[in-house]
Amino acid sequence: MSRLAATFEALAESGRKALIPFITAGDPKPDFTLPMMHAMVEAGVDVIELGIPFSDPMADGPVIQRASERALEHKMSLRRTLTIVSEFRRTNQHTPVVLMGYVNPIEAMGYEDFANAAQRADIDGVLTVDLPPEEAEECSILLKARGIDPIFLLAPNSSDERIKKMDTVGSGYLYYVSLKGVTGAGHLDVVDVENKLNQIRGNTGLPVAIGFGVKDAQTAKTVAGLGDGVVVGSALISKIEANLDDQERAKQDIIELLTSMRQAMDSV
Amino acid sequence: MTEKYNMPDERGHFGPYGGMFVAETLIPPIQELNAAYQQYLQDPEFIAELDADLQHYVGRPSPLYHAERWSRELGGAQIYLKREDLNHTGAHKINNTIGQALLAKRMGKTRIIAETGAGQHGVATATVAARLGLECVVYMGAVDVARQSLNVYRMKLLGAKVVAVESGSKTLKDALNEALRDWVTNVDNTFYIIGTVAGPHPYPAMVRDFQTIIGREAKQQCLAQVGRLPDALVACVGGGSNAIGLFYPFIDDHSVKIIGVEAAGDGVETGRHSAPLCAGRPGVLHGNRTYLMEDDDGEIIETHSISAGLDYPGVGPEHAWLKDTGRAEYVNITDTEAMAGFHALTRMEGIIPALESSHAMAYTMKLAPTMSKDEIIIVCLSGRGDKDMQTIAQREGIEL
Repeated sequence: MSRLAATFEALAESGRKALIPFITAGDPKPDFTLPMMHAMVEAGVDVIELGIPFSDPMADGPVIQRASERALEHKMSLRRTLTIVSEFRRTNQHTPVVLMGYVNPIEAMGYEDFANAAQRADIDGVLTVDLPPEEAEECSILLKARGIDPIFLLAPNSSDERIKKMDTVGSGYLYYVSLKGVTGAGHLDVVDVENKLNQIRGNTGLPVAIGFGVKDAQTAKTVAGLGDGVVVGSALISKIEANLDDQERAKQDIIELLTSMRQAMDSV
Repeated sequence: MTEKYNMPDERGHFGPYGGMFVAETLIPPIQELNAAYQQYLQDPEFIAELDADLQHYVGRPSPLYHAERWSRELGGAQIYLKREDLNHTGAHKINNTIGQALLAKRMGKTRIIAETGAGQHGVATATVAARLGLECVVYMGAVDVARQSLNVYRMKLLGAKVVAVESGSKTLKDALNEALRDWVTNVDNTFYIIGTVAGPHPYPAMVRDFQTIIGREAKQQCLAQVGRLPDALVACVGGGSNAIGLFYPFIDDHSVKIIGVEAAGDGVETGRHSAPLCAGRPGVLHGNRTYLMEDDDGEIIETHSISAGLDYPGVGPEHAWLKDTGRAEYVNITDTEAMAGFHALTRMEGIIPALESSHAMAYTMKLAPTMSKDEIIIVCLSGRGDKDMQTIAQREGIEL
């Protein structure tokens, strides 16, 4: 069983939901990421989504776009992102790490070289935003053969047929994008999400993590009541952006927010 | 006899190129668009409405003009110009915006968005939106807003809202990113009119189909005027919509040589250019796989060209396929050479071409003298040069 499947299974048995932070590798500087990952684990997160910086992040809002731009200014790359995960694994063999990004840096490395490198770095899942199932087959086969879960997105306008397809091609978990729009946008409509989750549950047995619109302990708690996991990204990166001169402060603020989310989610 | 050219496949692939590389949120609207497009493509009423608009609103057919004096001066092949510069709004862009806007209307969309580089596509979109009474938002890189202020003003006069995009390199590619973000957010009422043969399927095929009016007319006109097919076609390639529009109806005519001209900026060897087919490599950007300007890590790099309309790091996926199969040849022309092409056409024929089209003119100046006097080149004069007066004056140190 993959580390992701085992994590979600253990959580389900204890009646808890996964807290899944997203940060961009190398934001604001390359040396920030590794200690931040360890600190987030101490704060009680279950899975880490690590963003691969890309020059043209079409599905992201301004907050995550700027995180990519800051990381790229310091020459962060897919290769260096993989190195960070290898270093993380020296002292942590239990927390699943999912790489999240766009397909072009992966194509530039080559699908097979990337799959091999991801396996060596002990990556658990790969979510490629602009690689829908129609285009993902070649890459997914290589990843699955190496025990890495291809993670796919679901959207508010995904049909039953589409959800069934994701159930077939995806593994680990499905990531439900709870809003039409880009990362960091708008407000969540709880009734809409609840209805959609019912539809999703009817078509897949995979765990469902919910992202987009999770801003604070309250929204994390609400979302935890609906899905199997809560993804928080832009709200964390905003803390980095607010403290560009003081990385220690940024780290503390992120930990504080994640701790409050953890507590709120566990009190459901 | 080889098999008839029939691309893309039903999932939008031109060999390894093209496709549908978008986030899941965009899959349903793209499928909806594709279904509507396939339906109306077969609908005689839709086709009749489109044809009537092209005739009475755009002013088609555009002339195929024999540039006799210029041909004589160059001493080789006879040069015929396909005069897309004479279309309403001054470029080929409106052939496509008319088609997509009529489609938007049939689909019940009330809001139009577009990206633009030089502003020609933005103006062509704002124009059709005004005519159909649709809300219109145009995304334009902040750098382009500054260097194409005249077109920004035209769009505003036409009632469009122009949004200056401040992210990334603040040029066309970033405007496209921002338009895609808008579309993802407002999919229910919004139609995204992409201006070139890029983007996810069905855009490359759909924009091509709307632009093939250029090549269909040129073929008929050439047969009527000269009595035979041309020997060569020349067109500039940024995203490549005017080029594919001219080339497509001739792809199965194997005696016709097809040449696309990319922007070499300061020269391909300097790295400061916009010539992905000549000097880039395959990758994925803006929903399709094609040749790109990128670094070793797969990050998109900045492009350079005197012409804002060619200043784009990708190119339509069908051009990538035509290059790999050898059916078309892709060459490049520097800023300096394009300026020479600009002046030559202006002084020899009394036609002021757009800087984009000037790249095609500059290559024609190299090609024509290598051909015999009874051979024929059709060059796409994709737009008129009025919008470039500021840029040209500035480059030549003249204050207006």
